[in-house]
Amino acid sequence: MPYNAADLRKGLKVEVDGQPYLITEFSFYKPGKGAAIYNCRIKHMVTGGTQTKAYRSNDTIDKPELEEKNVTYSYAKDDQFIFTDENFEEVSVPTAILGDKQYFLQDNVECMVLFHRGQPIDITLPNFVIKTILETEPGARGNTATNVLKPAKIEGGYEIAVPLFCVQGEKIKIDTRTGTFVERVLK
Amino acid sequence: MDPASDPGEREALAAKRPALECRARLLASIRSFFTARGFLEIETPVRVATPALELHIDAEPSGSAWLRTSPELHMKRLLAAGYTRLFQMGPCFRMGECGRLHHPEYTMLEWYRTGTDSRGILEDTQALLRQAVRDTVGGDVIPARTGPVAVGGEWPVITVSDAFTRFAGWDPVAAYEADRFELDLMRKVEPALPLDRPCVLAGYPAAAAALSRLDPADPRVAERWELYVGGVELANAYTELTDATEQENRFRECAEARRQLGKPVYPVDPDFLSALKSGMPACGGAALGVDRLAMLLAGADSLDAVMAFR
Repeated sequence: MPYNAADLRKGLKVEVDGQPYLITEFSFYKPGKGAAIYNCRIKHMVTGGTQTKAYRSNDTIDKPELEEKNVTYSYAKDDQFIFTDENFEEVSVPTAILGDKQYFLQDNVECMVLFHRGQPIDITLPNFVIKTILETEPGARGNTATNVLKPAKIEGGYEIAVPLFCVQGEKIKIDTRTGTFVERVLK
Repeated sequence: MDPASDPGEREALAAKRPALECRARLLASIRSFFTARGFLEIETPVRVATPALELHIDAEPSGSAWLRTSPELHMKRLLAAGYTRLFQMGPCFRMGECGRLHHPEYTMLEWYRTGTDSRGILEDTQALLRQAVRDTVGGDVIPARTGPVAVGGEWPVITVSDAFTRFAGWDPVAAYEADRFELDLMRKVEPALPLDRPCVLAGYPAAAAALSRLDPADPRVAERWELYVGGVELANAYTELTDATEQENRFRECAEARRQLGKPVYPVDPDFLSALKSGMPACGGAALGVDRLAMLLAGADSLDAVMAFR
């Protein structure tokens, strides 16, 4: 059953021209004696491209065929990252879908892959990951300020801004949703 | 959680106090305005057997009856019985209308006056708004979110025909297209209306006449206007349709149109039609969204600010 215009709201996922979209803004408009207009700004769930839509009361809007799968990270091969699902079937996710999240993968980490019509379109990692700093300028150990930052590199060459007191070889906690430094992990 | 013990709710409700006080002053001001002019305040049934038939207004079922979408039909029965000046302020219900400027349960002010037409009702509206602004916020300026709205001076009246020709490039009075009319009203016409003064859009196409009389000099145009304040559609007024035969025809056409859209078709109120047949005096009337006016006066941009619970 597709959605009716009256079902539309911010945060709802819809399918437009066969593509998956998220409603990022919604407003209800109705002249006193006229028919309602359901205004939406929709964002493509893969490309991030946005457009506006004005639906009328009798319009129906397709529901995207979405499926979530819990998977475990196995290995990288060419431009694909290979995971295994609960049935030990391999699931390939293209690098383009992972984006910077590829740098936050760890062996056997559990992730959630979102599929649209069988194609992977998004992946959710655990919120936090611990990574080792492979390269950074020597730290100012005495400097405890957390608002003065310098670049540091972790595995795969991902560059992250860390406070001055961080040193090479140290472990840090990273927020995988934002790709930013959270705290130093002291043993 | 017991809402009374939720500190978030307590803070939110306490923060609404200035806006709710503004709303209370508005209610008192409206009552004193009409009472001083000899209008009788009445209360008509909220739960009704026959909601007014309108193509795009859906009534909330209440058991075997409905909640009123407006008090119009009952008020007109009183006019036909000889009452000359009536007003009512109370809850009305419209199913599925929810948004920044809509709530399915809201407070509507309606007033009717015999011996006048939509132009006389506009004079009432101007006097009412001027007094309401004085009594609630002082002076003659509404501190709307879109900027100050001066209610004291002239209010521009733009015909629907002129506004659409100028801002949307077509004339819905010459050839009406419902979908296009509503989309262009939202996208092109309303955004072009002045915000520094109240503004009236007048002379709706006959197809959008609702319960208003058609202009005897040009029956393509209905004697209906809408008032905009700060970009918000605030009031709708008519020279009321008093012709029973035409009213019956419009109800029949509306019932058929609702049937075709798969919407519930409400029975026609036989008492209302017989009241019209018995002879209804020439009159004008208006409906004004009280919550919206309170919102504008409180300088808010959503009904949330002036409804304690939403």
